[in-house]
Amino acid sequence: MIEIAGVSLALGGSRILDNVSLTVPKGGVTALVGPNGAGKSSLLSLIARLRPLQSGRITVDGLPVDTTPSRQLARIMAILRQDPGVASRLRVAELVGFGRFPHNRGRLTAKDREIIAASLEQFDLSDLALRFIDTLSGGQRQRALVAMTFCQGTDYILLDEPLNNLDMFHARNLMRTLRRIADEHGKTVLIVLHDINHAASYADRIVAMKDGAVIASGETGDIIRPDILESIFGFSMRVENIAGRLTVLHHA
Amino acid sequence: MQRGLVRHEGRLVIMAAVAVLVGVAFMTIGLRGDLAFVVELRAARLAAMVLVGVAVAVSTVVFQTVCANRIITPSIMGLDALYVFCQTALVFALSGFGFAGIDPSLHFFGNFTAMTSLALALFLPMLRRRFDLTLMLLTGVVLGVLFRSLTTLLARLLDPNDFAVLQGTVFASFNAVEPDLLLLAGLITVAGVAIAWRARHVLDVLALGTDTAIGLGVAWRVTAAGLLVVVAALVSASTALVGPMAFLGLLVVSLAERIVGTDRHAILLPAAALTAIIVLVGGQTILQHALGGEGSLGIVVEFVGGIVFLAILFAGGRQ
Repeated sequence: MIEIAGVSLALGGSRILDNVSLTVPKGGVTALVGPNGAGKSSLLSLIARLRPLQSGRITVDGLPVDTTPSRQLARIMAILRQDPGVASRLRVAELVGFGRFPHNRGRLTAKDREIIAASLEQFDLSDLALRFIDTLSGGQRQRALVAMTFCQGTDYILLDEPLNNLDMFHARNLMRTLRRIADEHGKTVLIVLHDINHAASYADRIVAMKDGAVIASGETGDIIRPDILESIFGFSMRVENIAGRLTVLHHA
Repeated sequence: MQRGLVRHEGRLVIMAAVAVLVGVAFMTIGLRGDLAFVVELRAARLAAMVLVGVAVAVSTVVFQTVCANRIITPSIMGLDALYVFCQTALVFALSGFGFAGIDPSLHFFGNFTAMTSLALALFLPMLRRRFDLTLMLLTGVVLGVLFRSLTTLLARLLDPNDFAVLQGTVFASFNAVEPDLLLLAGLITVAGVAIAWRARHVLDVLALGTDTAIGLGVAWRVTAAGLLVVVAALVSASTALVGPMAFLGLLVVSLAERIVGTDRHAILLPAAALTAIIVLVGGQTILQHALGGEGSLGIVVEFVGGIVFLAILFAGGRQ
């Protein structure tokens, strides 16, 4: 369970998050949606202790993120930020292998190698394993980063717009993989999504943010409704049930 | 991946062999006169060059990784500017004659303390509050400019004889190294290099960027501040021993990176150290025997290092 209580964040005088309180239950996929500048990425950074907490309290599995040793947190929670530039000259397999660092401190065991190979396979990267990261396309690099995050093998996985740069095939593959690990292994996935239909199709719960506050939160079916969507995104859109899936016609 | 590592290690072995060859050449070419005396003298110089080479190479690699910048050297912290200023102030206060009479151990220790104190003042605030690393480096740059200006001011007030004494100390030289200092600088260097080597896997993770490193469980602030203190100790020890070598680090790290073709610190750290030994010892051998002992290796390294720096900038700009 991720518990957020009374969290505010101000950067350079402007208010990014305003007294946010939220509970993300253990297990399942929770999508974080909202317009640009709503504070989704900032909230994710605070949960993942990438930024120091200014006020309020955040715990993951009961561990306060600001005082628990970073290494201990890295074994239960993995984070993939938007576009983390990888400066160093690395091969795909090496990058993915870094996901095992919280467990092995850099010395790969046979088990680590198995997990790395499985992650590469999972994200369709086996053929690219020996390529250098800087020779990949944006989508291929994104898949390598997602594979590294999976390789960390944590109970909690935080992903900030992981579908960026992915083609339809790989976007669907990633969402289905998230669904599967949540269902089969009881993992907790918190994912920032821009495509509301991905959220509608794959998420158990949706948390909507706007102007640094949580304005709606609940089961997917309760959030994917025209009136609530309009209050989040600021325009009206139709919601249809197509072949048993809620579908938002937001492009019309 | 395995095959790749084997290839890197093969190159390391070749570099180590070249380093040994260069060391043997330095020790044996043109031996004459009182053998015991000459060998002892050369051994002390060789030891000083190996120490300084390793210290400068390792500190530069670690500094570049922590700062996420491959065209930066620890001299940006203003440590060598402080060193030159301290020597100028001492010559100014004591005159060239008094300066030459300072106890070498005391002198070394004073210089080392002054430089590490500056570095600690710059980096330890990181532990208490989250500071921007760039801001701290900028502070180092500004302090460096301050020290250089003060040095220029004092140097104008020196009489020409004292100025000549000063010139002898502010360019790196391996010609007059005290054996006692070698031991002291050696201990500091061995300790610093041991810490850097133990941290080689953590350095690999730091190179992925701050956010990714934290996500993978590195306590970034404590780790970065600790490593920067190690860098400062290494730079201070080598500068206090022989004088400033600003560009040596940049030169050898970029050469080593091109030779081994990897950023993995388990390979890059030893490769950079070996490159530094080859450049220093080889350079000194050529200087002594091919060019008749004219010129100072420090000046040559600064000159070549400066050209390499420009070459890297131009090559980087074209990519």
